[in-house]
Amino acid sequence: MAYSDKVIDHYTNPRNVGTLDKSSHKVGTGLVGAPECGDVMRLQIQVDDNNVITDAKFKTFGCGSAIASSSLATEWLKGKSIDDAMKIDNMDIVEELALPPVKIHCSVLAEDAIKAAINDFRVKNGLEPIASEKVHH
Amino acid sequence: MNIPIYLDNNATTPMDPRVLEAMLPYFNEKFGNAASRNHPFGWVAEEGVDYAREQVAKLIGASDKEIIFTSGATESDNLAIKGVFEMYKDKGNHIITTVTEHKAVLDACKHVEKLGGKVTYLPVKEDGLVDLAVLEQAMTADTILVSIMYGNNEIGVIQPIKEISAIAHKYGALFMTDAVQAVGKIPVDVNADGIDLLALSAHKIYGPKGVGALYVRRKGPRVKVTAQMDGGGHERGMRSGTLNVPGIVGLGKACELCGLEMESEAKRLSVLRDKLQKELTVLEESYINGNVEHRLPHVANISFKYVEGEGLMMAMKDLAVSSGSACTSASLEPSYVLKSLGLSDDLAHSSIRFGLGRFTTEEEVDYAIKVTKEAVTHLRELSPLWEMFKEGIDLNSIEWAEH
Repeated sequence: MAYSDKVIDHYTNPRNVGTLDKSSHKVGTGLVGAPECGDVMRLQIQVDDNNVITDAKFKTFGCGSAIASSSLATEWLKGKSIDDAMKIDNMDIVEELALPPVKIHCSVLAEDAIKAAINDFRVKNGLEPIASEKVHH
Repeated sequence: MNIPIYLDNNATTPMDPRVLEAMLPYFNEKFGNAASRNHPFGWVAEEGVDYAREQVAKLIGASDKEIIFTSGATESDNLAIKGVFEMYKDKGNHIITTVTEHKAVLDACKHVEKLGGKVTYLPVKEDGLVDLAVLEQAMTADTILVSIMYGNNEIGVIQPIKEISAIAHKYGALFMTDAVQAVGKIPVDVNADGIDLLALSAHKIYGPKGVGALYVRRKGPRVKVTAQMDGGGHERGMRSGTLNVPGIVGLGKACELCGLEMESEAKRLSVLRDKLQKELTVLEESYINGNVEHRLPHVANISFKYVEGEGLMMAMKDLAVSSGSACTSASLEPSYVLKSLGLSDDLAHSSIRFGLGRFTTEEEVDYAIKVTKEAVTHLRELSPLWEMFKEGIDLNSIEWAEH
């Protein structure tokens, strides 16, 4: 199976690899997936007082598409408000990276990681977590 | 050195130019049907086939009359298992095999089950070897066939064939082995090893694809299989169909070359394999899968913990290798062979199989070591699991959301 140029680019030069201080109340951390399934994503966001994401970092255990999906997600998150970040849809990632059907679960995982990070941030700051109503494809 | 480097010789091998040369005349000037008895075109083709039959037989210590040409090892496995089941159904209906067999054996056995047969799928030990005591316990008066592979395609472990065949014979069963990975790589002798049926393939030994053979013992005991393909009664009635003369000639030549070069080649490859393995297990948290004492000389299957196999292969794009991870399949199930050894799913997902071959050079192995080390290091920098491991977090203590 051939990877798209964008997947290869993100995989070869992943953006925003790293770790934010997960104990900070300005940082939200999402850890999704499972080692047995062959992919685990950790996505972190740093949020300022205006609820804008100023920084995002990731680390991913998984195939090239999983790494590219999370790398792309961090790129998209930076500069977005929390509300806009919640609107990122896994199919946007599929489209941008031209993921084949067998790799759609990678994009689903990235979307889950974004939502998990936002909810972690919300809970830390005394807010209710937002339940995801979305049914994935 | 040509990039990418081919290190997937368990999947298939490039054809040896000497094999190609031997085959070429049989595509045009010697095009005859080996079954045409009435003219020289047929005689010439038949001569080519007869010579190949001797070459194949010689490599495994058989007689030429015991070689049935087929389209490959999958067909040979099917013919042996289904053919024995049909032929010996009055004697019993039980077959024993192992969980680490090739799919051709496992699925042929499943087919037999549908026909009313009983099949025992033996587990293997952590090192991939069959437990002889467990095999003996599984033998019954109804057991007609024990089918256990010679060398494993994923981890390269070599089963104790002599001991296994002795147990099978003790209980009056036949012993069949899928020897696709072993023939031509290590000495295989059907008499010394007590083999009644043996499947082999040309394309794993530097021959062409689409041709293989089934060895069927003729003396002590005389073994028969029911044909699975009806037609003109070729191959002593066991496998109808016009013979693939160029392919068969290629298989013969490939066997001859293996016979001549196997001993020195096995030594050369095991030195290279051991170098690769030694260098790569210098990396922290890397593990060799399968028994290292009883193993084919050209195979190393290594798990690099905390990196995922498919992602790793992408970073090793200059190397053509194989992974136990199956992230591309809908099931996300990792290799059933590695799981049979008791490997956790995450370790199975983290495995890479290196399969060296006749055309692998030391320069290529050195390059493979360098590329693999860099790839593992790169991916561990990206891996949250590696970070947790380094921080001393027990990954089993985390509640993972399985998806």
